[in-house]
Amino acid sequence: MAVDIACVGFGPAMGGFLTTLSRSLLNADGTPRFESASLPGAPLQVICYERAEGLGFGVSGVVTRARGIRGSFPELNPAQIPMAVPVRAEKLVYLLDPGKASRRSLALRTIDRLIRTFGALGRFWDEAVELPFIPSFLRKHDGLVLSIGQFNQWVGEQLTSSGLVQIWPGTPASGPLIENNGVSGVRLVDQGTDLSGAPAEGFMPGMDVRAALTVVGDGPVGAVGRGIDAHFGLPQGHGIREWALGMKMVIELREDCSLEPGTVFHTFGFPEPQIFGFLYVHPNRMASVGIFIPSWFRSPVRTAYRYLQHFILHPYLWRHLEGGTLKSWGAKSLQESGRYGEPFLAGNGYARIGEGSGSTNVLAGSGVDEAWTTGVQLAEAVIQLLEQKRPFTRENLEKAYVRRRRASWVDQESRVACDSRNGFPYGMIPGLLGMAIAGFSRGKMFIRARSESPPKAGLSLEEVYAGRISAEELKRMGDEAIARGMPLHDQIMNRCGWPEIPLDGKLLVSQQDALLMGGSVQAPPGYANHVVFVRPEVCRNCEPKLCVEMCSGQAITRGEDGVPSFDREKCVFCGACLWNCRAGTDGEPSNVDFRAGAGGLHSALN
Amino acid sequence: MSMGYQIVVCGSIVPDPLQTLEPIDTPAGPALKNEMLLPAVLDPWAGHALYEAANLASRVPGSKVWLVSLGAKAKLQQVMMTIAQKVSFELLAIDGPASGFVDAHSVAEILAEAITAIPCLDRSRLLLFGGWESASRGAGVTLQLIGERLGILDQFQGVDQVSVQADGSLEILERIESGRHQVSSCSGPPALLGWATGSLPEPRNNPQIGMVNMRTVMPALQRAKPTTLGQNALRYRSVSPPKQQRQTRVVKDLSADEVAGEIVEWIARK
Repeated sequence: MAVDIACVGFGPAMGGFLTTLSRSLLNADGTPRFESASLPGAPLQVICYERAEGLGFGVSGVVTRARGIRGSFPELNPAQIPMAVPVRAEKLVYLLDPGKASRRSLALRTIDRLIRTFGALGRFWDEAVELPFIPSFLRKHDGLVLSIGQFNQWVGEQLTSSGLVQIWPGTPASGPLIENNGVSGVRLVDQGTDLSGAPAEGFMPGMDVRAALTVVGDGPVGAVGRGIDAHFGLPQGHGIREWALGMKMVIELREDCSLEPGTVFHTFGFPEPQIFGFLYVHPNRMASVGIFIPSWFRSPVRTAYRYLQHFILHPYLWRHLEGGTLKSWGAKSLQESGRYGEPFLAGNGYARIGEGSGSTNVLAGSGVDEAWTTGVQLAEAVIQLLEQKRPFTRENLEKAYVRRRRASWVDQESRVACDSRNGFPYGMIPGLLGMAIAGFSRGKMFIRARSESPPKAGLSLEEVYAGRISAEELKRMGDEAIARGMPLHDQIMNRCGWPEIPLDGKLLVSQQDALLMGGSVQAPPGYANHVVFVRPEVCRNCEPKLCVEMCSGQAITRGEDGVPSFDREKCVFCGACLWNCRAGTDGEPSNVDFRAGAGGLHSALN
Repeated sequence: MSMGYQIVVCGSIVPDPLQTLEPIDTPAGPALKNEMLLPAVLDPWAGHALYEAANLASRVPGSKVWLVSLGAKAKLQQVMMTIAQKVSFELLAIDGPASGFVDAHSVAEILAEAITAIPCLDRSRLLLFGGWESASRGAGVTLQLIGERLGILDQFQGVDQVSVQADGSLEILERIESGRHQVSSCSGPPALLGWATGSLPEPRNNPQIGMVNMRTVMPALQRAKPTTLGQNALRYRSVSPPKQQRQTRVVKDLSADEVAGEIVEWIARK
């Protein structure tokens, strides 16, 4: 099948691209402005394929300055977008550890003791300190609180109702079609297969969709973007080394909750010093609450779900959240390498936009608006090339798109941010200092990066828990976990003093119930497993198995023979297994093949 | 049947049954809380009818399938982006509530009028399809009422299979008690078939079908007429969610006997 422009992944970047492009596809008299080359006589054929079953099934905790979004919608009234509201109050809050179970450095414990002793000048209550100011590079004071699901749905409705572009959810693309040193389209996934991918009833091989331009916006773990990276490599000096797992809940607050819509909390310090958190209040007593587990969180015990529950239970937040009801839940991987993770932005027949193109600003903690803006920039470039009747070659796209992007605020701010997180591998305090130095100096000063990131393969339980749990006890816990086929993190967290979660069936529910109540996770039949453990012998000898510990939906469990077992009916496509595979270090390929697949979350509230 | 069938499928959208649905009272009557925020799907019963219709149409040359759908336009649009990839049809959209809190007679009236207005509709070739039940908390009588308004006397409910005989008559399998089927036959159209689950799997997504469908789906949505749908026709004294208790236990590889045993034991305790 042939189209003119094939797009993969419908997120904010693609929303920006298609919104801008579609506004230029008609002449003033309503006739098509550009004729299709793939279907002569017809208007330009623009098709977008989205993996998820709906356009609103993305996950993100969004507070954004919305500069790019407002540029596209100058008359934007947030009330038009469900769950959107202007930011009205913003706080940066340091959370202490009320249970003293987290892994805090001596320096941090000393700071905590001083805060508890002196009350932090009257700003200390509920085991938290509200900082007196928010650095300008972090502030979102003029921005919006959004639900990414509702925002994407709102954008998608306008695009599809225009009839000028087509967006097809539930249609994963398995990879790029690479020919003649360029990309000539995408291949859709096979349908009607068994879990191994072998043809079964109703087999329909993945169709090749050829296009003069392939727009890649399938995010950091998307199969098309990673396929292009695997073939063409990354620019010299670039590498995707830093990640984070974001996990959030959407909570309906109790009726007498005093939080106003537009309230924003940014938190740090709890549940572990390296874990950042947020609470954003939407209209109608809804709130998004979540945490980020970064790849530089040096612990094999990295279960986001339990940490998220402890975060919610922190006294500073619990006073607002107690009595609330879980409405939705989800998780996603974030590409946190920023500018250093930027791939080749354009090549023959393709261009990259959004998070997978390294647009996220790791200093500001902002990605949606940057992604949107890169989409807008590409659309402007495409319109220019169409008008000039020039082909989508690497050279033309470099001139029209990449130059436009380099001259924009997105790129300029990403230069400021690119070394801002270098301090975190040394610890939380150096990390925060590094952010402040880079932010206030506009990127002129920064902490020098470690020559090598600490290898995940070196994450041993004995090292991480030295002084807290003996090696013998850890060995016994590990053996028990293997015997029970369970992850290790619950046992270790209990042993370290983390209290059991008081499940209430409404907000504090088991992880399996969160899959059903919050995520409504689905896996349509007829598709192959999209998580494959490539070399079983590597997995057998791997302990602790970070893929099992980090899996957001408990879809990866310990298999009987030591090889992890994958259950696609529980997978939320967060992609954490991809970057947590301990085999994927020191230049070795990851042992997790994370492919394109159908299904996942079925909630539009996230 | 040299001319082929004209198969009209009545099928609306419902909030994804996997979501937690919460009825509330509003000034306009009962509604679902945050309904517009919830993902919607084609009513599963109507989905079976649509796929069976497309299958029948593909086997009888000259046939055509219409999907007549009443629902909030924005939600219809979302659902059509998925459904339109699966089978070929022409959409007839009506913009109105699909919360399930509407009177079946009012819905039937609107849908019957819309069907009657289809240009070139030939009653001698008309097969009216739909679900014999609905996931929208409807009473399950709407299709029958539409058939009555259209004067279709041959009505079959709980249909799992239809076969075209050599003489053009239809052999129809309807579900009856004990998991068995009643075999009926009728001379041919016009006939009404309220489908149970049928026997077809959900069709695969086919981008080419999607592209062709979209040429008519979006114009149909733009033409969709708004309807207020008899707001005063029915009054509810109260609405409340069904009493339910969630006890989730995820277990793999348990035999059917063991699962059945556990369920019987659980029921006996209640």
